[in-house]
Amino acid sequence: MTTQTTASNTPSTTTAAAAPKGLIGIPENIGRALATAGGALSVASTFLAWTWTPAFPGDLTVYGYPGGLQVLVLVGGALTALFGLASYGVKGLRWLAPAGANSSLKLAALGTFATAWYTVIAISVKLGGLVNLEPGGWIVAVVTLAAVLGAFSLPFERPEAEHHDADGTGWDRFRHGVRHQAAVLRAALAGGEPSAPARKLPSYAEILIIVAVLAAGLTVFTYGIGTEYDELFIGFLITAGFGFAALFKAGLITRIAAITARHSTVTMIGAFVAAAAFPFTQSDDQYATIGVYILIFATVALGLNVVVGLAGLLDLGYVAFLGVGAYTAALVSGSPSSPLSIQLPFWASALIGAVVSMVFGVLIGAPTLRLRGDYLAIVTLGFGEIFRIALLNTDGTSGPDITNGSNGISSIPNLNILGFDFGQEHTILGFTIGRFANYFLLMLLITLVVVVVFRRSSDSRIGRAWIAVREDETAARAMGINGFRVKLIAFALGATLAGLAGTVQAHVTYTVTPEQYMFAHVVPPNSAFLLAAVVLGGMGTISGPLVGAALLYLIPAKLQFLGDYQLLAFGLALVLLMRFRPEGLIANRRRQLEFHEDTEAPAVLSKAGV
Amino acid sequence: MTTDTTTKGTTPDATTPGTPILDARGVTMRFGGLTAVRGVDLTVNSGEIVGLIGPNGAGKTTFFNCLTGLYVPTEGEVRYKGQVLPPKPFKVTAAGIARTFQNIRLFANMTVLENVLVGRHTRTKEGLWSALLRGPGFHRAEAASRARAMELLEFVGLAHKANHLSRNLPYGEQRKLEIARALASEPGLLLLDEPTAGMNPQETRATEELVFAIRDMGIAILVIEHDMRFIMNLCDRVAVLVQGEKLIEGDSVTVQRDERVIAAYLGEPFEGAPGAEEAAEVESAEAHAKAEAQAESAKAEAKTEAQAESAENTTDAASDRSTTDAAPGKENDR
Repeated sequence: MTTQTTASNTPSTTTAAAAPKGLIGIPENIGRALATAGGALSVASTFLAWTWTPAFPGDLTVYGYPGGLQVLVLVGGALTALFGLASYGVKGLRWLAPAGANSSLKLAALGTFATAWYTVIAISVKLGGLVNLEPGGWIVAVVTLAAVLGAFSLPFERPEAEHHDADGTGWDRFRHGVRHQAAVLRAALAGGEPSAPARKLPSYAEILIIVAVLAAGLTVFTYGIGTEYDELFIGFLITAGFGFAALFKAGLITRIAAITARHSTVTMIGAFVAAAAFPFTQSDDQYATIGVYILIFATVALGLNVVVGLAGLLDLGYVAFLGVGAYTAALVSGSPSSPLSIQLPFWASALIGAVVSMVFGVLIGAPTLRLRGDYLAIVTLGFGEIFRIALLNTDGTSGPDITNGSNGISSIPNLNILGFDFGQEHTILGFTIGRFANYFLLMLLITLVVVVVFRRSSDSRIGRAWIAVREDETAARAMGINGFRVKLIAFALGATLAGLAGTVQAHVTYTVTPEQYMFAHVVPPNSAFLLAAVVLGGMGTISGPLVGAALLYLIPAKLQFLGDYQLLAFGLALVLLMRFRPEGLIANRRRQLEFHEDTEAPAVLSKAGV
Repeated sequence: MTTDTTTKGTTPDATTPGTPILDARGVTMRFGGLTAVRGVDLTVNSGEIVGLIGPNGAGKTTFFNCLTGLYVPTEGEVRYKGQVLPPKPFKVTAAGIARTFQNIRLFANMTVLENVLVGRHTRTKEGLWSALLRGPGFHRAEAASRARAMELLEFVGLAHKANHLSRNLPYGEQRKLEIARALASEPGLLLLDEPTAGMNPQETRATEELVFAIRDMGIAILVIEHDMRFIMNLCDRVAVLVQGEKLIEGDSVTVQRDERVIAAYLGEPFEGAPGAEEAAEVESAEAHAKAEAQAESAKAEAKTEAQAESAENTTDAASDRSTTDAAPGKENDR
């Protein structure tokens, strides 16, 4: 990373060149060739051995077979080479970069470089010195560096240096310089506008594209979940991040988003088929466990998105509704530690859990929803704590014996729906799926329900009323909207959805305890993480909270070495994200329009996000 | 524009102008020790455009808020078509009174079409269940709402911008959109709070046409405005509020001639106030000064100031538009 910022010093001091120039003073044609060849060579280098000992995980010692981090470099290198070729205008590759390949080439080269150098440095540090690198390691380091240098010598539109007063202090001048450098760097990576409108494809082709995209998405996600050691996961994050950015700058993501928007139902069904296929790609239950926890987290986050994203009610105690659902299901599950010795079938306990949660939602909402903004946040925060403390106190000594206090309700039996025992392994179509995979599939159904509820309610009279109340409650009331009533509906609906998810969660985790439902806790879901997932993913969208929840679950789970610094890193990441992309990872189309006023208005804005 | 969806008869002429739509009696609003509105009576008859004028701080908007349920009047009552209005804004809208706001209050991050659809809220009934189950009734109601909303956008001339975010509209179009949104609730009475504030003369004239067209749909209109020419052209009757009390009510000529109105609205004319000739003189001097060298500009500015001062004190309120549309405090707050 540091190389190109220092390199940018030289040309920016000698500005005012008439022809657009690159950041690095290599002639354009040589640079382009260097970048493309660098990408291709880094692909080749992944077939070499990078280190001599298997002490570094991931089989980097074998000639002729890439393994571990090499695979990531291979992908990055291939992407770089492809974008390089596309920037030459090679006929078959023009579809790859409808908005111009230059900035994508830069990002792809940068991503490959970062992954490769990260690997090389990790090997040296872990094994103690550069001597542990085989020639392959040196080669990959050199060729990826060459690719980055080549890519950054490509010309770009340099921003005008802002005029600043000469008698400013040194600090002012320094700040001005930094700001200009940042602008230059941004311009170097800025993508262009799509040159030609998208070619009309027959709808079967578009659906095939959607299928391919979803398959690619499933592959990437499965790979990310399956990363076995920290270095591989970090490498994965680097490659995936830069790769996604490169595709975005190439205009490909925008094209795909347009296609999926045209076939939103197909996309939704396809996404769920892809998600349902996930357990079948796993040989053991370990990653299905992560999968089901992510799904629970994501589903609750999506429920919270109704309350926060649509109706604009800041709910800081939302996890309590998950707890209400989980405790209700646990109480009627026939667990030996439950005071009620009844065992209801799942459909009944799910229904009761959802309804009890809704009742709590109405009970909490009715007196508090007359408050606005910050006051509501404080009250819901208080409610979340009251719920947890009430659970602790109803243990038979401080209060009635209902929840078993801090021990919680344990040994919740597995579900059994129509003779299908969720605790057993089953063989379906030759695939063996274990306990967590069973629950994964059940949870996926709940997620589907929540997604459909979100989609339909947001695109309707009531959804518009929520957004109107969020935008300007006084005006909404003057337009005939009973603000209190629609807010209460949103609050109760959110509570119901969380309660529904909770009924499954109780069975997945065997035990429900009060500690699972705190405001802030290291393990998601908890109120703070739920809110973070919604905000980070993108408020008011469907895929935003799902992506946000997946990231927020995976990153702490995979980066165990961060240990006590996890929350610190999490906080830092959130601050940075809010600074640089306030609309979240996946922007609502409405919000995108808000941030980019000049862009053409999409045809279907009334639909909630992708 | 079809009129079948309006709540009243098809043509204003069909309804007798004597039928009162809105009847406010002795409306008083106190905020603690401050009495913002004191014992105001106001009647709006069907098919009528009534103007409400008064200097800044006279209590016009407070009175509006009392009519629309945003405030509950301390004393007095407001009847709409014989019924006492409920003290909740959304119930007032459901009863048939729609309003716009002095400082535009659109739903900024919704599209133009969605803004109007929100206005349809009281005239549609589809709740959460209907939205979730998506029966045929839902689709029918949604399509009807959309059709009606597009009709209204056509009416105010914004149909081509239906999918733009309302925050991205130019100022004048935002005003129009607010009117369309209010009309979507199918009101019998429309309250306009300074609909031409900040508009240029062309836009003001367009708004005038729009208001007449709305009246012709059979909707009675009560309008607050500072632009005298606009009010005098438009209104059948004008009421003047001064310091929370109604000073006078009558047709535009009566109000325009009334000494007390002139005094209250524009201040007492002082001895030797510059008349129209002086103003013209200043103007020509200013034009002259502009052609002069740069050094002269400071002097010209001083003269312009003098002109503005004289304009404020001019008694000829109705004839000179530029003298009266000044409401600087109001325009600064958005």
